Amino acid sequence: MFGLFKKFKDGFSKTVAAISEKTRGIFGGRSIDASSLETLEEALYTADFGVATTEEILTEIKSAYKADKDLRGQQAAAIGSSVLKRVLAGSERELTQAPTGPTVIVMIGVNGSGKTTTSAKLAWLLKQDGKSVMLAACDTFRAAAVEQLKAWATRLDLPIVASHTGADAAAVAFDAMQAAKARGCDYLIVDTAGRLHTKSNLMDELAKIRRVLQKNDPTAPHHSWLVVDGSLGTNSIEQARVFHKSFGITGLVVTKLDGTSRGGAIVGIWRELKLPIYFLGLGEQPEDLQPFSAENYSKAVFGTE
Amino acid sequence: MFESLTDKLSSALRNLRGVGKLTEENMADALKEVRTALLSADVHFKVAREFIERVQTACVGQEVLKGVAPGQQIVKIINDELVRLLGEGTNELSSARPLKVLMVGLHGSGKTTSTAKLGKLLKKRGYRPFVVGCDVYRPAAIDQLEILAKQEELGFYSDRVSKDVPAIGAAGLAAAHAANADAIFFDTAGRLQIDSDLIEEVKKLRERIKPDEILLVADGALGQEAVNVAKAFHDALGLTGLILTKLDGDARGGAALSIKSITGVPIKFVGTGEKTADFDTFYPDRLASRILGMGDVVSLVERA
Ligand SMILES: Nc1nc2c(ncn2[C@@H]2O[C@H](COP(=O)(O)OP(=O)(O)OP(=O)(O)O)[C@@H](O)[C@H]2O)c(=O)[nH]1
Ligand SMILES: Nc1nc2c(ncn2[C@@H]2O[C@H](COP(=O)(O)OP(=O)(O)OP(=O)(O)O)[C@@H](O)[C@H]2O)c(=O)[nH]1
Ligand SMILES: [Mg+2]
Ligand SMILES: [Mg+2]
Repeated sequence: MFGLFKKFKDGFSKTVAAISEKTRGIFGGRSIDASSLETLEEALYTADFGVATTEEILTEIKSAYKADKDLRGQQAAAIGSSVLKRVLAGSERELTQAPTGPTVIVMIGVNGSGKTTTSAKLAWLLKQDGKSVMLAACDTFRAAAVEQLKAWATRLDLPIVASHTGADAAAVAFDAMQAAKARGCDYLIVDTAGRLHTKSNLMDELAKIRRVLQKNDPTAPHHSWLVVDGSLGTNSIEQARVFHKSFGITGLVVTKLDGTSRGGAIVGIWRELKLPIYFLGLGEQPEDLQPFSAENYSKAVFGTE
Repeated sequence: MFESLTDKLSSALRNLRGVGKLTEENMADALKEVRTALLSADVHFKVAREFIERVQTACVGQEVLKGVAPGQQIVKIINDELVRLLGEGTNELSSARPLKVLMVGLHGSGKTTSTAKLGKLLKKRGYRPFVVGCDVYRPAAIDQLEILAKQEELGFYSDRVSKDVPAIGAAGLAAAHAANADAIFFDTAGRLQIDSDLIEEVKKLRERIKPDEILLVADGALGQEAVNVAKAFHDALGLTGLILTKLDGDARGGAALSIKSITGVPIKFVGTGEKTADFDTFYPDRLASRILGMGDVVSLVERA
């Protein structure tokens, strides 16, 4: 669906550089030895892969090393990359449109993960693809959250339904759904307030937003995405677990991968919950959203490209 | 998750029952569990390794105390070492008046919210706080700070037209002086530590305003990246303290140990919620139990 894929490729190459920088030293043409295996272990841990994935990759590389003491860095990298790709098999997912009515996407996540910015970036991406998109400013809690999304709507010239801070978020969602239907929009993107997964009362608010959307369309929301900050560690897994349990997450967006963090926690989320990864966030500009590719990601982590 | 960790540790430590002296060998299993605990609390790989080495050195050769299981003795040593490390330095702010505080950090870490929280706290302590909005990038960042400043009745200055951050900082400083403020906070945009343009920008801002405190605001759930972030910000700016946010969640907060070990700067405050009142001074013992995920074991030792 994304005819503009090429344009986004540049953004991703930034990440590729950042990621492979870390592992370049180990994965050269040299033979692997005990000390480079240790460096490898370190590189895997520091990518936030967590214990299970790190051990799995290490085990395979070590057994290849046992079989062939002349194993080169590049071969080890290829093994690592293929293990990762295998672990992530099936994790890619393309955004699909609902057969009728506006396709509703709700952005969910802990405070500051990038929901609002991702809402704007996704709207822009869809707009570039010729779709009509409406935004719903359902963060009525945080100071200037409404103004933030409104500023994006103005900048990208997109319709938005918003109320004031303190308004009922579900009521805004209801109005936005009606407006999107009336206008015949292809997509409605619902930005919600940041909330920690540990706060059950705030989880209830999400359920209310969903009920209200379903009043207009029983199949809505079509997508409930958890926006995960790629620089966070293992807590992302717990976040996903709890949000998924209380709200039924349908996919992930991983943000802030334009830094040097490699967002390895998503591998843990995928292993455990099998939530597909739709997009990666690679910056603060509208065009900094990239469809996720398990192959590119695996190659990028090990610098095998 | 917490429980299983405690369980694992207890079973590794159980093997130590009946030994007379702690040795490298008889501690190996327990220390391996501690390492796993630290790694799954997001303590940086190298920091975890150094920490374990230090604990090992402290333990080896110690007589096992009477009336305390040797496992518990190790736990106590680990806990004490962690508390000591985390608690190094003062959690007080500089006593300069007027006090100038520069807030820096990654995107969405909680800088703007913490700026308002600190303003509120110092107001309670009798200061006349003033906040300056230096984030010219994020949409509505200035509005966010202004709303919070109004709500907490703090002085406020920003410039919605200019993009010259150091100049905005200088003008804000002048406005704060004119308003007779004696605690002045500069909220800055989120930035990546590898974004050299933005790091240059905040360095120039620092030159202009000459802050007494430069506080890194870091998300309590930050992963291994914490080390790179803290090091780069510290090298560029010379941090004077750390604010750890979002501790109202269930992240174990191991990033704090990484940041502390890498920079040596003291942890001063913790954010415990979205509201401006959800802010606390830092207590190393609480964070240590949280990182180890075994508050119960530690309290057991305390009782012994
Ligand atoms: N570098 C970088 N910054 C990002 C990315 N996505 C979002 N940000 C920044 O992260 C900060 C937080 O983003 P928001 O979109 O406001 O996050 P949010 O989840 O809506 O936050 P709350 O509504 O407060 O919970 C902002 O400064 C964004 O510009 C990304 O992919 N890369
Ligand atoms: N639960 C919780 N949320 C917090 C805490 N501190 C800040 N937040 C929330 O985290 C999100 C980001 O906070 P901001 O203060 O906007 O973060 P920032 O660092 O200024 O973000 P940028 O300016 O975009 O880099 C908001 O939703 C805040 O309400 C905290 O201690 N606990
Ligand atoms: Mg938001
Ligand atoms: Mg801010």
